[in-house]
Amino acid sequence: MRRSVFVAVSIALAALGIGTIRAGAKNPRVVDEQKAQSAEVKIDNFSFGSPELTVSVGTTVTWTNRDDIPHTVTSSDDPKVFKSKVLDTDEKFSFTFTKAGTYPYFCSIHPKMTAKVIVQ
Amino acid sequence: MSRTTLSQKTLSGNTQGELWHDHNHDGIDRRGFLKCMAWAGTGAFCVIRGGVLHSYGMSRLAELDPKEMAGELSFAQISDSHMGFNKPANPDVAGTLKAAVDKINGLAVAPEFLLHTGDISHLSKPGEFDTVEQILKDAKPKDIFYVPGEHDVLDDDGKQFLERYGKGSKGAGWYSFDKKGVHFIGLVNVLNLKAGGLGSLGHEQLEWLEDDVKHFKHSTPIVVFAHIPLWSVYPEWGWGTEDSARAHSYLKKFSSVTVLNGHIHQTMQKVEGNVTFHTAASTAFPQPQPGKADSPGPMKVPAEQLKSVLGITDVNFVRGKQALGVVDSTLE
Repeated sequence: MRRSVFVAVSIALAALGIGTIRAGAKNPRVVDEQKAQSAEVKIDNFSFGSPELTVSVGTTVTWTNRDDIPHTVTSSDDPKVFKSKVLDTDEKFSFTFTKAGTYPYFCSIHPKMTAKVIVQ
Repeated sequence: MSRTTLSQKTLSGNTQGELWHDHNHDGIDRRGFLKCMAWAGTGAFCVIRGGVLHSYGMSRLAELDPKEMAGELSFAQISDSHMGFNKPANPDVAGTLKAAVDKINGLAVAPEFLLHTGDISHLSKPGEFDTVEQILKDAKPKDIFYVPGEHDVLDDDGKQFLERYGKGSKGAGWYSFDKKGVHFIGLVNVLNLKAGGLGSLGHEQLEWLEDDVKHFKHSTPIVVFAHIPLWSVYPEWGWGTEDSARAHSYLKKFSSVTVLNGHIHQTMQKVEGNVTFHTAASTAFPQPQPGKADSPGPMKVPAEQLKSVLGITDVNFVRGKQALGVVDSTLE
């Protein structure tokens, strides 16, 4: 009985693994995000670490400000889809993307800092 | 690798005598050559003599002959105190602001008032503003005129700034006043910034400006002050104001216009026809010269541009067509 459960679980895990590899061949980045359902963007040197980040629907993206100067993460859309409070050094902001689409954003203090999240 | 070295060099404050090159794309007809300077310091002392504004870097005022400081009107500009900043570039911004006040108080000719061109605070916290106000109480000049920096309007679109400093101002805090025949205009260009854009004055403020200066004689000396440069210092880093050309168009008729800004944490001057632009040093910490470091901004400096801002120690200056051009004095 125990053995048959073990075998069944093993088969299931193997099937999952194969599925992941297949999808990964098409678009490895998307699959990585699907698995984790979270992604990180570091703010360094007055720029967003991923100028264009692609994630799957439901992913929570967390931004961390690693600069000595405060920044914000502010949606460029009107109305704004998300807007962080000002982030001082090492402070974080998270937002969960529940709908597919392209989400441009910028730092409202240093508007030359722009990037986007693509949700698929 | 070389970029890192450059960044360290400029951050150490080694900015004296280097030339900044013109990156101006603001469409203004340029009648004069440019004179641009950068020196380390904590503010600027300005004196108007014969309708001409002379500006001196605060760091070396001790060497200045008191005769040179006499005039019809003198005032001091301080900027970018960033109270609350505590990182290695300067862990004691209160101390350096106090030092700036001491310098102002030590001047042979006391300035009649102070201009603070923004970034009073680092994070718009009430305590940060309080500390600056407390320190500035010790300054001999009791009148202080403020305009906000982007660090002063975080998270509340400038509401707190307006409550503290905006008495009698219009809109988001712009205003004008007159001192001894000189017309001063404080502008706000740190609100409603658009993604990818620069500093912004906005239509309402520009309309007000047009009206504000309409009735003045062309010979009235004009001093405009705002936080972000009202000239294109370096748009790639956001060091400029997108609708500044329209502001300048209202000021063109005046024979002497001086524009004072902060934001870039270093002093620079440019003469363009009848308009002279100055930026003041920070009382808190320096920033690299345009293009001389990787940040602020994601922009990479093209190799040829990088060379053009390196190793040049002299500049040309031809006064504009107007008789009342500005005389720059650097104490050098």
